[in-house]
This record gives sequence, C-alpha cells and structure tokens, in this order.
Amino acid sequence: MPGIAEPQPGALLTPDVSRGASGERRQGLWQVLALFIAALVVAPLVVLLTRIGDADPELLQHLQDHVLPQVTGNTVLLLTLVVVGTGALGTGLAWLVSRYRFPGRDLFSWALLLPMALPAYVLAFVAVGLLDFAGPLQTALRGVLGADVRLPPVRSTAGAALVLTLCLYPYVYLLCRNAFDGQGQRAMEAARSLGLTRRQAFWRVALPMSRPWLAAGLLLVVMETLADFGTVSVFNVDTFTTAIYKSWFGLFSLGTAAQLASLLLLIGFVIAVTEHRLRDRAGYWSSGRSRASEGERLSGLRAGLASGACVGVLLPAFVVPLAQLLAWAWPSSAGIDTTSLQAALRTLGLGMAAAVLVVGTALLLAYARRESPGRVTRLATRVATLGYAIPGAVLAVGVFVALGLADRLLPAITGIDWRIGGTLVAILFAYVARFLAVGSGPVEAGMSRIGHSLDDAARSLGANSRRRLLRVHLPLLAPSLLTAAALVLVDVMKEMPITLMTRPFGWDTLAVRIFELTSEGQWEAAALPSLALVATGLLPLILLDRQTRAAMPTPAREPAVKAIAT
Amino acid sequence: MSSQLELRSVSLGYRERTVVSALDLTLERGDIGCLLGPSGCGKTTVLRAIAGFEPLLAGEIQLAGHCVSRVGHTLPPEARRIGMVFQDYALFPHLRVGGNVGFGLHRLSDSERARRVAFWLEVVGLAGMEAAWPHELSGGQQQRVALARALAPEPELLLLDEPFSNLDPELRDSLAREVADLLRERGATALLVTHDQGEAFAMADHIGILEAGRLQQWAPPYDIYHWPANPFVAGFIGEGVMVDAHMLAQGDVQMPFGRVAAGSMPAPDDHPRPPAGPVQVLLRPDDVIHDDDSPHTARVLRKAFRGAQILYTLELDGGVQALALVPSHHDHAIGSRIGIRIAADHVVAFAAAPP
Repeated sequence: MPGIAEPQPGALLTPDVSRGASGERRQGLWQVLALFIAALVVAPLVVLLTRIGDADPELLQHLQDHVLPQVTGNTVLLLTLVVVGTGALGTGLAWLVSRYRFPGRDLFSWALLLPMALPAYVLAFVAVGLLDFAGPLQTALRGVLGADVRLPPVRSTAGAALVLTLCLYPYVYLLCRNAFDGQGQRAMEAARSLGLTRRQAFWRVALPMSRPWLAAGLLLVVMETLADFGTVSVFNVDTFTTAIYKSWFGLFSLGTAAQLASLLLLIGFVIAVTEHRLRDRAGYWSSGRSRASEGERLSGLRAGLASGACVGVLLPAFVVPLAQLLAWAWPSSAGIDTTSLQAALRTLGLGMAAAVLVVGTALLLAYARRESPGRVTRLATRVATLGYAIPGAVLAVGVFVALGLADRLLPAITGIDWRIGGTLVAILFAYVARFLAVGSGPVEAGMSRIGHSLDDAARSLGANSRRRLLRVHLPLLAPSLLTAAALVLVDVMKEMPITLMTRPFGWDTLAVRIFELTSEGQWEAAALPSLALVATGLLPLILLDRQTRAAMPTPAREPAVKAIAT
Repeated sequence: MSSQLELRSVSLGYRERTVVSALDLTLERGDIGCLLGPSGCGKTTVLRAIAGFEPLLAGEIQLAGHCVSRVGHTLPPEARRIGMVFQDYALFPHLRVGGNVGFGLHRLSDSERARRVAFWLEVVGLAGMEAAWPHELSGGQQQRVALARALAPEPELLLLDEPFSNLDPELRDSLAREVADLLRERGATALLVTHDQGEAFAMADHIGILEAGRLQQWAPPYDIYHWPANPFVAGFIGEGVMVDAHMLAQGDVQMPFGRVAAGSMPAPDDHPRPPAGPVQVLLRPDDVIHDDDSPHTARVLRKAFRGAQILYTLELDGGVQALALVPSHHDHAIGSRIGIRIAADHVVAFAAAPP
C-alpha cells in the first residue's frame, strides 16, 4: 500500500544519504524514474478525466434521466447496508475473539478470516443457486409448507448487500482485532478502575480508541463494494460498474462507459485521500507497549452463545458455500473440459506475469524512495499506487481509452505500426496499475526494515553496490518480495472486470469463465473453476497467519492486512 | 611519519546549513580518541565524514598519510579501510554470527576466512559462536560481534558511534573498559563518539569536546577536566560551579568569600592566565575541602549521599554557592555551618564575559 513506510519526521534530519555531486545526480535519476512510473500508471485515469467535458449532450441526457438515478440509488443503498453490516459483524466478532475465552476461540480467531478466500461473486452465485425459487431450499420449503410459500426475492440489492457483508466483514474484523489486541488490558483496566462497567468501557474506551482502525477497515469495505462487479452482476443489481460494462459491451458506447467511469473515479479519489489521512492519524493512536489481554473466560450458556455466533457467521459465509461448490463440482470433476483447463493455465500465466511486473515496479519505487527520500518521490509513489482505490471497471475503460489514443498517436510519431490495445500488454498494464499498491505494501515494509546503517556497515566492510544488493538487500527482501508476488498473483487470478473488458480476444480466464457460466445460470459448471480460485485465495491467508504468528511488530503486520484487503 | 588520522579545518553540512566548521584534529597510530558533546553538536557527522558517508564543505581528511576526503572528492567508504561500529550495531539479520564477522573478509579463501572469524570471535570473548543468529544474542554480545566484524578486516582506523548507548549502565562501563583494553592490546587506532563522559574518560587518550559544530578543546582527559579551555568545557565536564571573582595584578584571585592564592601548579602553555580584572573561577567539588580547623565556614544547603562520599551544596560567604565532595562519615545537617578551605594548587579562571 502507498505510504506504509513513511519516513519518520526525524528521519529528514538524520544524515542518511550521501549528498555529493554524484549522489545528487543519482537521486535525481531515481526521482525521474519514480515520476515516470507514476505518470505511466496515472495516464489512463487522466485520459479518463478529460472525457468528462466532451460528452455527447444526447448521451448525457440519457445518462441523467435513466441510468444515473437508478445506479446511484442502488449504489448508495448497497454501500449503506454493507457498511452497517460489516461494521457490526466485524467489530462484534473482533471484540468477542479479542476479549473472551470460549470453546474454539483460537480456531475461530483464524477461521473467521476464511471468507476472504471466497471471491464475492462465487458466494453470490452459490447463494442464488441455493436460495432461488428453483433452488433446493425453496423447493424443500414448498414441499413441506405448500406451493404458496415464497422467500423474499434473492436477486435484490439487499441480497447483494448480504453476500458482500459476509465476504467483506473480515477486513473490519481483522483490523479491529489488531486494534483491540494492541490496546492491551491497560486501557480497559484504567476505565474500569474509574468506575465503568465492562459494557460502558467498550463503548467509551475500547471502541473510540479503535476508531482509526475501524474507519480504515470500513473504507476498504467501501472501496471493495464500489469496485464490485461480479456480485452485483449475479444479483442483477445495476451499479456504476455494471452500468459501465453494459454501456460498453451492451450498447457499444465507449463514451457512456467513460462518462460513468470518470464519475466513479472521482469518488475513488475522495476515498483514497480520506484513507491516506486516516492512516497518517492512526499512528498517534497506538498505545505503545501494553500487556496483551488474556480475556475473560466464558462458561455455560454464554460460552455456547459466543461459539454459536462464530459458527453462525462461518456457516453461511464459508462452510455451506464450500460444501455446495464441492457438491456441484463432484459429478463434473470426472471430465474436466479443455476449455476450463486452458482457462486455468492462462489465469496462472497472467497472474505470474503480472506478479513479476508488479513486484519489479514496486521494487524500483521502493529504491527510489530509499535513495531519494524527498517530497517529489513520496508524492510520485503515492500517485503510482492510487490504483487500489480505483474500481477495476473504471481502470479498464481508462486503459482502453488511453491505449486507443496511444495506438493512434505512436505510429504517427514513430512511423512504426504497432497496436497495444487488445493485446496482452494492455491487460498486464491494467493489472499493474490496479495492483501496484498490493505489491508495494510488503516491498516497502521490507525495505523500511533494512536500516540505512546496514548499508553503511556493508560499505565500511568494503562491499560495493553490487555486493550490497546481492549479499544484503536481496536476501533481506526475499520474503517480502515473495509475499508481494503471492498477493498480486491471487488478486489477479480473482480479478473479473479488468480481465473481462481488456483481455485479448479469446483469452478466457477462470474469472471470465465463471462470469459467463453464471450469467447463464450454469452453477454446476461454474463450481470447479470457483473451487480453484478458493484454493488459491487461501494462500494469502496462510501468509497472513504466518506473519501474525511470527509476532511481528504491528506496523509490519498492517501492510499485509491492507495488501490482502485490496 | 604522518599521523594515522588528520582532519584539517574540516567543515561539514547539508546544503546551506553548516553543521561542523573548521575542525582540526590529529590522532596518532594506536591512539584512542573520543568526540564528546551534547546531542546535536555534530559529532556523529564528523564520524560519518571520516568514514566517507558525508562529503566535505571545506578542508581535508587524511587517513594513514593519504587524502581520502577533500572538497569535490570523497573516496567511497568501501575503499577506505575503516571499520565502523554502529549505535544499533547494524548486524546483518540474515547472516549468522560467523557470516557477519566474515562479511568484510570476502576476498579470502573459505578456510582462511573461517580461521580469521574464529580468531576474532575468540578475541571478543565469543569463541565458537559462529552458528548463532544475531537476534539470539544479548545486547552486549551483539556489540562484541559488531566489534569483531569491524576489526576482522584489520582496518586503518576503527570508528565507534555511541557504541554503548544501547546497553545497561553497569554493562556499559565494564564493556567500555574491556573494549579499550582490547583495542590497546591490538594497537588499533580508534575514534569514538559519545555523549557519556564516563565512557570517554574510561577509553580515550584524547578527548575532543564538540559544541555547536566547533571543537572547543582537544586534549587528554586529565587536561579536559582540570584545565578546561573555556567555560563551556568547564560546565560540560564534571561537576562544579562558576564563581564571579576578580583577578588581581600579582595573580591572586579575590573571591567573594576571601582571597585565594594563585596556586602552585603551573598552568599549561595553552591556558594563559586571564589579565587582571573581573573573572570567572571554576570551583570543582574536589577544590572545596572540608576542614573543621579552617576559619572559613559555609552553610549546608543540600546534601546528596553517594555512598563513600557526600556531595554538599554549600553557601559560602558572599552568597556564593559551591559543591564539596566530603567523605561520608562527615555527616552534617542541612542548615549547619561547616569549615571549608579552597584547595589552591590550581585555579582555573576565565575572563568574565563582557556584560
């Protein structure tokens, strides 16, 4: 994530970087490189923003009259429901796990993150398949209670909100759990010694102290909800992202798509800025070293209720959908069709290529910030990693428009007839722009752990720059680079809107297969590719768990959380 | 023969801000020097300039007779043959102790390197610890590994940046003495930077007092304490008070509580007696001696028990306050009057600053 490794205020005063004539020239080069990367990444967004002005008035009228009111209404309702849902579920479960001991607590502490491994669009189609009129649940109910029994329609904004809540609450849960754990026992003990009951202490001390983390978690939820494309498609709820897709691929009006995308982009900018503000502030709230809470031991009914609450969330959010996927996939697993196999290989290939590109770029940015720690480089890094706040659908349109422009301009300038739009270069470029922040987080964190005195020590021991890179930096960075690559790989493999809109003709990935199969209601066929995605989605959770167990200091842990969250 | 380290009117800084100006100092082969000063005085910057991490704004640095830094030319640190011990030790966390100590010996064969690593670990008292990870060691052990690592390539000069500041106070003193003995035994030339006087006195042959980017004095510890070059050094080193007094023509000093003879001990050449007129006189606690037979008395204002001694804060005639270090069986109550005399074997006086 951008800004994770902000230099400490004092760091500006410490004479860390040699500033000879050659040093300044080298710093300048790094600065130029950082600016170049930022410009490249931000170009699609800028091109998109220029499209706000030159709209076809007729089109604009159509947008304002028919599309925007409905889309805005749906989006606002969806956001509200999901924020309230994830906020309540996330803080509640975090509090339970952080402050109480009950049967299965250690297992739940980790297992409650499992829904992260399930792409929301997978949970969405499982829910629809299970709960729809023709689904097993309603069929069974009708068999028992008679033919008139109806559940409220599943394919509704409320249904989509429920699914998104179940998929996204882990972000809030994880950040709040860290916050509650980090507060330790002291603050609560102080509150209770001042006469507050446990309940009062939660509302008046623990929750206010966790506000920055809660806000950060909720902002991630907002970003994900705004960016969501797959879930709302399955539920037939029109939001900005589906409207972008439909105007482009349904009405073949790239102009309308660009209009909608630029609107969503503005919202994304606001969120990115807010998020950054919040993160800067969160630092002031960490309460230093404090004994971790042992937790109050619950027994009897209360213990049962606590365990039951965790199970009650995990069942619909993970266990039942997984079981249903397995049940659907079982009969079809005998004959894995070549299309799916090919899609799986392509997904993996795209993911790995993007991971290498993203990690390489992130490494360059991290070095730029290390070697040239000024304001310019910091700003460039921040801008370059903005993509995490920009919904994939928006980025897809931006990349398409920008590359269209480049395809027109470049041959004219260079005299060579090349086309980038619609090639693998285009989709990989979009991936890098979208997921650079994901890879940057761990890389920056890893880099910030390599103190400048290590460089100095290596130099005083006669190591030249090549030896320092090979013997000091790379060995120390290797775990961070691997983490970054794994996170990007998984994110790219699950990615739907960018892949759908910018892939070269015929390049179907697993996510695209799932989109196509579910839009035709073929749940059984979609189950196997979904299971493949769930399996890869477990990888970042394992990484996160290992990091947490290694008892890293909180600042080092947080980037991984956020990296996973995007 | 040239000195091992020589700084000639060295100025350092960043862009427009000068941090250290016109600094001269010389360190002979086998000497241990120490730069002492309050935090922010620029002492670490000097060390980093000698190591080659900072370019010079003016002046020249010579190492073993070769110019390594001058304006427009900074020999990179890796080409200087200097060893450095860092405040945070800067051990490589991904290398075992053996890998750390052997890091600077990469040009040697594996077997020769292993032999040298074993030798240096033994020197610092960590024989056989090659396979340990840095994070498994205590602070003091990490410090020794850092020292072994810096010494293993047998550098021309060893630089130590606040090397003991991360250790417990008790360990700090014993390790400082131990390291000083070790460096002398090996005949190493070293320059240490610290803000801890105890460390400086325990280790150094020469101490430089740095304040606001200027070297105030460069002298052996004894002279620094007893013949401070200026009121800043006098106030910064040790305890004591400055008393307003008047220098008389024949060299005696008229203090508020009486007249003090000029002292039998000759002042060093670089420490000329100020001309007759108003002066400030440094009174160290060991200059004020408790003597029941003395005609002069002083009132006890405060007392601090220090085990073998008591540090009294006294009010002398004329309202002057002074400190006196007295064997602790002379236990006097606050408010009582005790006899004192001023040890007059040397008097350190500075011309009073014009009002």
